[in-house]
Amino acid sequence: MATVKPLPPPAKYGGRHTVTLIPGDGIGPELLNHVRELFRFSCVPVDFEVVNVCSSTEDDINNAITAIRRNGVALKGNIETLHTLPASHKSRNNLLRTSLDLYANVMHCKSLPGVQTRHNNIDIMIIRENTEGEYSSLEHESVTGVVECLKIITRTNSLRIAEYAFKLAREKGRKRVTAVHKANIMKLGDGLFLQCCREVAAGYPDIAFDAMIVDNTTMQLVSKPQQFDVMVMPNLYGNVVSNVCAGLVGGPGLVPGANYGHDYAVFETATRNTGKSIADRNIANPTAMLLASCMMLDHLKLYDYATMIRNAVLTTMNETRVRLNSPRRCSPHTFHN
Amino acid sequence: MTSERINKPVVLGRAVTLMAALALFKMQTVTLIPGDGIGPEISTAVMKIFEAAKAPIQWEEKNVTAIKGPGGKWIIPPEAKESMDKNKIGLKGPLKTPIAAGHPSMNLLLRKTFDLYANVRPCMSIEGYKTPYTDVDLVTIRENTEGEYSGIEHTIVDGVVQSIKLITEDASRKIAEYAFEYAKNNQRASVTAVHKANIMRMSDGLFLRKCRQVAENYRDIKFTEMYLDTVCLNMVQDPTQFDVLVMPNLYGDILSDLCAGLIGGLGVTPSGNIGANNVAIFESVHGTAPDIAGLDLANPTALLLSAVMMLRHMGMHDYSKKIETACFNTIRDKKVLTGDLGGKSKCSEFTAEICQRVRDMD
Repeated sequence: MATVKPLPPPAKYGGRHTVTLIPGDGIGPELLNHVRELFRFSCVPVDFEVVNVCSSTEDDINNAITAIRRNGVALKGNIETLHTLPASHKSRNNLLRTSLDLYANVMHCKSLPGVQTRHNNIDIMIIRENTEGEYSSLEHESVTGVVECLKIITRTNSLRIAEYAFKLAREKGRKRVTAVHKANIMKLGDGLFLQCCREVAAGYPDIAFDAMIVDNTTMQLVSKPQQFDVMVMPNLYGNVVSNVCAGLVGGPGLVPGANYGHDYAVFETATRNTGKSIADRNIANPTAMLLASCMMLDHLKLYDYATMIRNAVLTTMNETRVRLNSPRRCSPHTFHN
Repeated sequence: MTSERINKPVVLGRAVTLMAALALFKMQTVTLIPGDGIGPEISTAVMKIFEAAKAPIQWEEKNVTAIKGPGGKWIIPPEAKESMDKNKIGLKGPLKTPIAAGHPSMNLLLRKTFDLYANVRPCMSIEGYKTPYTDVDLVTIRENTEGEYSGIEHTIVDGVVQSIKLITEDASRKIAEYAFEYAKNNQRASVTAVHKANIMRMSDGLFLRKCRQVAENYRDIKFTEMYLDTVCLNMVQDPTQFDVLVMPNLYGDILSDLCAGLIGGLGVTPSGNIGANNVAIFESVHGTAPDIAGLDLANPTALLLSAVMMLRHMGMHDYSKKIETACFNTIRDKKVLTGDLGGKSKCSEFTAEICQRVRDMD
């Protein structure tokens, strides 16, 4: 994947890569089990170092972060954040992203053949700033009953994410980058983000650049999503837009996501759902996690394995025997390849 | 105009009928702000339709272009403010914010002047105007005064900007109370609070707590909580699962426009703003469309449906049903539609068709 400077090589001993695996909560463990079984079945030269993160202590997440620093690559399920806990207990997922400086969250939303949706021919890449913005976790109660939450936008990070977006667009042969913002209201914050995007765009004359306000963007997405190509945006809008796009192409079970930093890469499902209500019932759709593992294999330069598994997944989905929302269980799907 | 009808000498029988009608519904005065661009023509359309329906509404037209008040602060003209304070109900067309005018957005000024704390947008699929989504029937209620739009921003050091999102107990309680009252008065079954308390623990956590507290007083209405991203994800897959949604400012902005997109866009979406002291301003949320202004091509549906919302708010359910049905039937029959709805008719023709249907219903 495009980065500003080349990533150091991931851990590799005796021709086998070691990848940190964080099962997470809800459907995470079962989906990652499917990935492990499939890798074993396909003889993929990847060993998983499993690190469980329990939501209560800080030690677990620190162990996970150390393991990722050691291995360079991770595959993870979502770790639940109980929002009944006090504000000092930060979201584990967020902590992981900020500690490892995984500044770019990349999601490729493509209409999949064989999946019936209301809109067709969608092919959108969403690049979301992953470390700052509304997710800075800086809040305080200045007066009783009045809470302030800080949204931080910095020039450095905005330039960085814009640079990433344009580099990726050029690499993938994309024609247009759209910045999503709310600079008419948040003049300084989103204004700075927009300005940085414009500065970077000037250095890529072969790629068209435009900007759209976030509320108009969501309205356009549900009426004419085919107009979008590559989209770059700050953290919260990225959360909204990526979920809308995932819904448009068929749901949270289909889209993989990746988080890239200078030194590390972590792969997961794009919409980061814990899926507590469907956990342990063998009905969760493993497609998103399987495709995320393919993205990981591409990152490890194991392209042949990635292509093989990806084709197997997409072929299975296209066949009428195994359909989404069908009463068929999750596991037979995995072994169909 | 209807006011003239009362003053003219009339046949005794008609006078008796009119007095009887007035006894049922006192003539109410509503402040009308036509707005800019296509505003005047769609306002005229709405007035014509109301006249055809014989709705007991008297319009008082006012202009709200900002002027510099004493002390140098931008304010809306005093006559407009007085009119709104007296009438309590207003109907507004689209307003433009000229870039170099120096004054803030007019919508923002109105919001601050009348403390319009709740923005309500009912989104219902319009039969006859096809979108990929059918059977949408939900209401978004958005807190309109604080949250991410507090306008408090600072440059901490060069290259680092901080925007402050403000959540207060009072505002959260007020919007939650309004949401549940609305649900009760409109026979809605459930209210869902939309938040991101997993990330913004204190601010959205406070909002959520207040919603939970208010929910205690409305046991017959189901209360659920859902993350913003989950709502977005589910909304584009199956919008029929949602009923009333209540949320802070930014999420409300995004979601209400998302829902408008589901039913066909801002050209057909009504909107109402509820303020302190029982003030309510209903408005169309689309732009001024300067390219078609004055050409009799505009679609008055959004303003008309907002006016219908206004009638419902005032308790005039019969009139609101009549006008709404006429409007929906016109769109469903597809014979007389404006350009944006896929037809070739003029605004005046569309209006005349609705007026005719309204008269036929009597």
